[in-house]
Amino acid sequence: MQKSFAMAALLAASCGAHAASDADLAAIRAQIDDMKKTYEQRIAALEQKLVQAETQAGSPSKSGKSAPAPVENRPSVASANAFNPEVSLILQGQYRHAKNVPGRAITGFVPGGQGANTRGFSVDETELVLAANIDPYWRGQAIVAMADGQANIEEAWFQSLAIGHGVGLKVGRFRAGIGYLNEQHPHMWDFADAPQIYQAMFGEDAGYVQDGVQLKWLAPTSLFVEVGAEVGRGANFPGTDRNNNGTGGGALHLHVGDDVGVSNSWRAGASWLKTRASERSSDFVDVNGGTAQTSFAGDSTTWLADFVWKWAPNGNSAHQNFKFQGEYFVREEKGGLTCVGTCVASSYKTNQSGWYAQGVYQFTPNWRAGLRYEQLDSGTRDFGANAAYLVVDSYRPKKASAMVDYSWSEFSRLRLQVAQDKSMPGITDNQLTLQYVMSLGAHGAHKF
Amino acid sequence: MKRFIFACFFGLTVGTAQADLNVFATVPEWGALAQEIGGSKVKVYTATTAFQDPHRIDARPSLLARARQANLVIAVGADLEIGWLPLVLRDSGNAAIQPGQPGYFAAADFVDRLEVPTSLDRAHGDVHAAGNPHTHLDPRNVLKVGAALTNRMAELDAANAAAYRAGYQAFTGKWQTAMARWQKEAAPLKGMPVLVHHASFAYLLDWLGMKEAGRLEPKPGIEPTSGHLTELLARQQNASAKMVLRAAYQQPGPSQWIAGKTGMAAVMLPYTVGGTAEAKDLFGLFDDTVQRLLKGAR
Repeated sequence: MQKSFAMAALLAASCGAHAASDADLAAIRAQIDDMKKTYEQRIAALEQKLVQAETQAGSPSKSGKSAPAPVENRPSVASANAFNPEVSLILQGQYRHAKNVPGRAITGFVPGGQGANTRGFSVDETELVLAANIDPYWRGQAIVAMADGQANIEEAWFQSLAIGHGVGLKVGRFRAGIGYLNEQHPHMWDFADAPQIYQAMFGEDAGYVQDGVQLKWLAPTSLFVEVGAEVGRGANFPGTDRNNNGTGGGALHLHVGDDVGVSNSWRAGASWLKTRASERSSDFVDVNGGTAQTSFAGDSTTWLADFVWKWAPNGNSAHQNFKFQGEYFVREEKGGLTCVGTCVASSYKTNQSGWYAQGVYQFTPNWRAGLRYEQLDSGTRDFGANAAYLVVDSYRPKKASAMVDYSWSEFSRLRLQVAQDKSMPGITDNQLTLQYVMSLGAHGAHKF
Repeated sequence: MKRFIFACFFGLTVGTAQADLNVFATVPEWGALAQEIGGSKVKVYTATTAFQDPHRIDARPSLLARARQANLVIAVGADLEIGWLPLVLRDSGNAAIQPGQPGYFAAADFVDRLEVPTSLDRAHGDVHAAGNPHTHLDPRNVLKVGAALTNRMAELDAANAAAYRAGYQAFTGKWQTAMARWQKEAAPLKGMPVLVHHASFAYLLDWLGMKEAGRLEPKPGIEPTSGHLTELLARQQNASAKMVLRAAYQQPGPSQWIAGKTGMAAVMLPYTVGGTAEAKDLFGLFDDTVQRLLKGAR
């Protein structure tokens, strides 16, 4: 190792041609002789450089006024807090006008949490983001979502910087790399709320978060091809937390993408998520109109297809751009149902799906407008022997949204959204949302 | 095989055994410089064009795929690419091009930067903590960056080090001749006050001794507003700038509006290689810039 430093120093010395005096050259020659026996091949290259250095040193006027030896010109910040992580805080809040729907849910889907029925003024979760390189090998990031009386660890992970060969490793709590929107935080969304399919499939947080390990590999091709695999605790809906050794969930994802000309770029993907549930409770209505408390144990398999297309004239998105995105989800659940109430223990088998598509057009540097349409299908729900006891809803929830937003800069945004929500039969909820998203401090790059 | 061992010995990351240096340049000017130095020994991929605002680039999948295969990333630095490059580098799975590694080169690190802010507050707009990043429009900076880049390329690809040095040497000779010519041609521009759309031309004006009399953007990174333009127009009654400059990627509207009101020339400059038909390389970039300035000053 010492020798490699010596060689590197030697190389550097031979590069700094103008600084090389006769004494330096003599020293370099002496070192070269010393190493000649063992490093013959390398010496040849170095001698070549030495000759060059001598030529330059010998005739400095030949090339006229030559450039001074480059010195890195970094700002010399020497305070201890220079190593502090990048800190950013996201302020997000809204005014929402909607119908009062107690027990708001998406009909035909097992609720992953209470539907949002907040009206009037409210402050959404305030996100605190801390990120920094840990050392040359790892980078870490934590996102704490703060709401009244609680602080949730939204994400807390470290990722590899030095593995190479296209391999990326992420360990901790992270948003699963499935689909498109799943990895994005609410402040990056183009609409005030997540598509309903995300809420139906992953519960009120509208995204699947995994405690575990993610391994990604980017293929060495000019076409973007990325494959990823995750294993983890699988504690979040549609799975449940259990006290077990081993893993409770896993995911696989494949994404491909490229440019089309200079103005268009796209990414498409397919993902698979497997989770296990034990004692996942949900309430059903029994045939007499009473409440049946059920508990599901079994496997959930979710397939996701996602597609994003971005256009900007000449690829210059600063003034005008258009973004289309769509995702399609299918989930299959198999297992057993135990029940308290007018019902029996039975098998449980469902196959449900949903999709959304949206387009957002930025027509001036400050203004954007977008439309989104979404539809879900409660699909087949086979409750075995319980078919005689429980009311099994069959419904196709729909929602259409339109938004317009204004950004003073890339750090501040105000959005107006109107939506017609038909997620429950017989209820047409016309919603109006006025939302702000403000980013304070360091603000990291956004994903595609 | 011996060459491969030699390469490994210096801790190089020539991923494949090929001799070519795979360069990922974030902007056309530094891609062009790498090409001048490396000639046929380098393969240069340029992530953006002269018609794209370098502050606002998406971390496109194609950029990740290219960064994955790069041996050397040449960035502008000084936080210009902060909105996309860090993500591209981290998600590329390429250890060699991470900041701090020899495979990451930021041009702004090797020049004296102008307009380094004394206080950092976003109330002043999208300011760059490390100073104005648009360093390449001073041709003296091109030489400084070229010298550092040559050393870096030689370090990464020792087998072709001599070729890189020779390439830089040849470039320096031609560049110094051209620089003398540009300075002579641009002599009448000295001391001339001009308006600019964005602070993209600070180094160009500094080199040619021209004066920036105002900016169309009310704050860096904030698009010109009618209120600010009107104010600028009022100020023009006393101090009369001769031209209003914008880069090829900036919208013509604001500078044409102010030119129409005052009678000054609205001059579109290529800003970087590829910005105009004439600016097909670094020499063409400065040839055309000087010619357009002279034409606007007439």
